Amino acid sequence: MPVALKAITTPAGAERDERASALIQFIGVSKSFTVKGVAKQASHSINLSIEKGEVVTVVGPSGCGKSTLLNMVAGLFAPTEGQVVYNGKAVCGVNGRTGYMTQSDHLLPWRDVVGNIAVPLEIQGMPKVQRRERIQELIKLVGLEGFEKSYPSQLSGGMRKRAALARLLAYDPETLLMDEPFAALDAQLRMRMQTELIRLSRRLNKTVIFVTHDLDEAVALGDRCLIFAGRPGTIVKDVPIPLGEERNILQLRKDPRYHQLCGDLWDFMTPSLNDAAEGNRA
Amino acid sequence: MNIFLGRLAIFITLFATWELSSGPLIDPFFVSSPSEIAGKFYELVISGRLFSHGGITVVETLAGFVLGATVGIGVGLLLGRNELLAKLLDPILVSIYSLPKVALAPLFIMWFGIGIEMKIILTATIVFFLVFLNTYSGVRAVDREQLEILRLMGAREHHLITKVVFPSAIQWVFTGLKLSVPYALIGAIVGEIMASNRGLGYLLQDAAGQLDTAGVFAALVAIIALALLLQAIVRMVETRLMPWKKDLGDREASV
Repeated sequence: MPVALKAITTPAGAERDERASALIQFIGVSKSFTVKGVAKQASHSINLSIEKGEVVTVVGPSGCGKSTLLNMVAGLFAPTEGQVVYNGKAVCGVNGRTGYMTQSDHLLPWRDVVGNIAVPLEIQGMPKVQRRERIQELIKLVGLEGFEKSYPSQLSGGMRKRAALARLLAYDPETLLMDEPFAALDAQLRMRMQTELIRLSRRLNKTVIFVTHDLDEAVALGDRCLIFAGRPGTIVKDVPIPLGEERNILQLRKDPRYHQLCGDLWDFMTPSLNDAAEGNRA
Repeated sequence: MNIFLGRLAIFITLFATWELSSGPLIDPFFVSSPSEIAGKFYELVISGRLFSHGGITVVETLAGFVLGATVGIGVGLLLGRNELLAKLLDPILVSIYSLPKVALAPLFIMWFGIGIEMKIILTATIVFFLVFLNTYSGVRAVDREQLEILRLMGAREHHLITKVVFPSAIQWVFTGLKLSVPYALIGAIVGEIMASNRGLGYLLQDAAGQLDTAGVFAALVAIIALALLLQAIVRMVETRLMPWKKDLGDREASV
């Protein structure tokens, strides 16, 4: 991971090395959808490379292809043009090394916390005894002790997110694809979940692509922030966020560098937001 | 206010009014009276006729219910996961669905005679459509994102069916089953009224034929009791199979 950090903090020199060892690469990727016979472009000319262990946040107005990016990494749909390369191979079909988490937690309401976390392990065919141990471990990891037998309907929003996170980590995907997972949570809870996510992803050396609408969140979590804009959307800026890997999200609020970065992002985003607003009016 | 006491008060008022007005105000020939009906009902119980006739109706209803529900769930799952087949069969299913199923009774009498089979088939036909349509909707309503997320975990079609599609559809299946209980009784009772010498429908028809108003009411009471019993059984099975829904109703509504 120090390699990744160096690559980010010294972008110019290390670029070639970074490409060679990248875990995820987008090469000239465009995606269009056909809606009622009319092709509509969602994103175009995306070039991107992400290192293993990097946390990349993605911001931009709605409808500029942020979620499309995640879906293409997951292999849920293929690019119309260009290539998505994962670990040196073109993504073709469902990419089992990625895990997906969206705004809704997608827990199965008919299974309790243990049952939900068990789903990916059952699919893998893990023996029952081993499964029980692994689930206990995960429950401890996300701090859900005492709620093993609760159904999702009995849990608060934050606990449901924790359960979903535990399920995501259960099958140990290399890359976590997160599509505004904490958008529906209140500010305090969101900060706690952010802290957990950073702690866990660093500890388990996960690569994370995190889509958000919240610029503060993008700065707080990312090693790097991709700014999307336009319809069809593309990456208009790739901002390094040199706040260090072991950052304390609660303390960040007092860090002038954090405020500087948030301010810069706002300044950069505002024109594109204005454009979008005008575009909607027209 | 205690709901139970309130209900009891309404109940007593209703029956007292009925009892007192039967005779002085209304001809008992048409309305009978609660005491007379109770006596008749007691007579039916003592003579064992209630259980012999009721038993027949229960067997018809349950057999029809199980047959119709099983086929309905099966076809619902199959068509729900196979859009092409659903589209191909749509006109046929819609035509049969739009037919009042009771209208099929004469045909079933011709095919299966006036025995117990005809009532079972009639009941099954009615139950089938309610359960099939609900199961189908349930399967179609399964969250697509949910399925994709499981696919990312490496799930294959059989994993999806057993872990998501069926458990998710089961709530709809139960809506269908609960709806079906009174309709299943329609199948059995109408079948018995039309052609039979056994069953609660026959008891009803027989009493009416003898202008025995109290007997008619007593048979109606027995049918109501049966319907409530079946409804309670379905609910019990529901809470057994879906424990996650159990305390949903107890919680205060929140948005």
